[in-house]
Amino acid sequence: MGSNRTGWLLLAPTLIILGGFGIVPFIYVLWVSFHQWNPFGANPAMIYNGADNFRRLVFDTEFLQSVWFTMQFGFFAVVSEIVIGYLLAQLLMRDFPGKSIFRTIHTLPLIVAPIVVGSVWRLMTTPSIGIIPYYLNHWFGYQMNIGSSATAAFVTTVVMDIWHWTPLVTLTLLAAIVGLPKDPFEQAQIDGANRWQIFWHITLPMIRPAILATVFIRLMDALRTVDEIWMLTGGGPGAATRYVGLHIWKIVFPKTDYGYGSAISVIVLYLTLVMCWLLYVGLVAPRVKRST
Amino acid sequence: MQKNNPVLMTLLWILLSLATLFPIYWLFVISVKPAVDLFTTPSIILEKVYWANYAKVLTDTTLRRYMINSLIISSGNALLVTTLAFMACYALSRYNLAGKENIFFWTITNRMAPAAVFLLPFFLLFTQVFAIGDYKLYDTRIGMILLYCTFNLPFAIWTLRPTIDGIPRELDEAATVDGASTWQVIREVVFPLARPGLAVTLILTWVFAWNEFLLAATLTSFNARTITTGLSEYVTTTGTEWGTMASIAIITLIPALIVFTVVQRHIIAGLTFGAVKE
Repeated sequence: MGSNRTGWLLLAPTLIILGGFGIVPFIYVLWVSFHQWNPFGANPAMIYNGADNFRRLVFDTEFLQSVWFTMQFGFFAVVSEIVIGYLLAQLLMRDFPGKSIFRTIHTLPLIVAPIVVGSVWRLMTTPSIGIIPYYLNHWFGYQMNIGSSATAAFVTTVVMDIWHWTPLVTLTLLAAIVGLPKDPFEQAQIDGANRWQIFWHITLPMIRPAILATVFIRLMDALRTVDEIWMLTGGGPGAATRYVGLHIWKIVFPKTDYGYGSAISVIVLYLTLVMCWLLYVGLVAPRVKRST
Repeated sequence: MQKNNPVLMTLLWILLSLATLFPIYWLFVISVKPAVDLFTTPSIILEKVYWANYAKVLTDTTLRRYMINSLIISSGNALLVTTLAFMACYALSRYNLAGKENIFFWTITNRMAPAAVFLLPFFLLFTQVFAIGDYKLYDTRIGMILLYCTFNLPFAIWTLRPTIDGIPRELDEAATVDGASTWQVIREVVFPLARPGLAVTLILTWVFAWNEFLLAATLTSFNARTITTGLSEYVTTTGTEWGTMASIAIITLIPALIVFTVVQRHIIAGLTFGAVKE
């Protein structure tokens, strides 16, 4: 329907903006990644060094470790957020007193800037002055110390991420569920399907594109998160919560090693892309093809 | 739908709300404590309230300016991004464009970039490349509005696409047969049905723009500096002014909350979907 020219016209502004602000900087970073460049180092010149940066990162245990930590962080945070967010979105489809107030309260964490979230959680969890370790010790005798226990720090970053970003999942899934046609559900109920069957065979396939879009967004954001983690733990203890985004930050800013930082960014971008592409091809594309 | 117990539901949501609100309450507690009291044994109840931080923040004209910048930049960006994404999703969903699934996937790759390294090319673009005579994008609101498209536009396209795909094509076709132009189809048929999705997209893109920190910290200095960046000026290497920072953070919640309440109403506005389909 319609001519394809209208379609391209509608798409054009998006392509122009993303081209100018997306492709151009990427090409620059790609170019820098093949150079040794530390503008504030002993030799500030930009020297072409082929694939040296990439060779270096394959054996960089700090980098590999941070990728591994980031994947764990992304996995636990995103899975919990999707499950909780979906359940809450379903609950918000029912009627109960004060629903709109509760919905607004639930979305409040989103409007707190990540840098503030990190600060508050830090003040809440710092041993001896934080309220959470104080009561954990008072009630359960559990000594929580995010400054020395890697596990405690890891769990705190995950819990903080869940607190901050579950509302985003709830809202996007809520929009998807609201938009679903009612007929298939009524039909299934008439046919005597139970709740689980309805979820598995009707709701899930219909909101699958929305779930996947949400997973992508959350996964990507979890992989490049900097400010929240920086404020909460600063990457510590040791390097236990130094996730990739923060790792790159530390290479580029205190060390001003632009060449190596760019190479890591290119690789992280590439890994994220491949991971998302596989998910996309495996789970969304078959369905899209069928429907067009 | 299913049977439900309103009392149980309300109780559940009260518990959830307490968990959600606690860190925000704690932010408030920090904002009304003198600095020395922060490092004593914590207690949940506030004994005395110390308003000096607020007095300091509210009389600061620089912060007021940052706040206005933030409002303009995030509202401008959210509106721009939602409109562009709506157009783009309509094109991707309804037209048979060559390579459209690849274009769709490519858009999201723009959000994957780790910010730290991209600050440098952005800085060069803003100070040297995208400049007409003396006019540069650096430290301008327009510049920030355009820049935030890099992470918000992909997000908006990806959250809107399922909504637009979910609107049956038969509706467009029926309207076209009745003589409606493409513009009329978009405005009269697709737009009303896409409202919940559009509202959610608008809210979330607004939030991302409002909260953005790294890019604003690098690419603005004064004229277009945002409140999130202004607030971070109190986090320094020699020590953080927690109280001042927390009180600014609490104040920034107010405009955000207003935007939220206004836009959220439209999320459930699309409940008539089933009826339209017949």
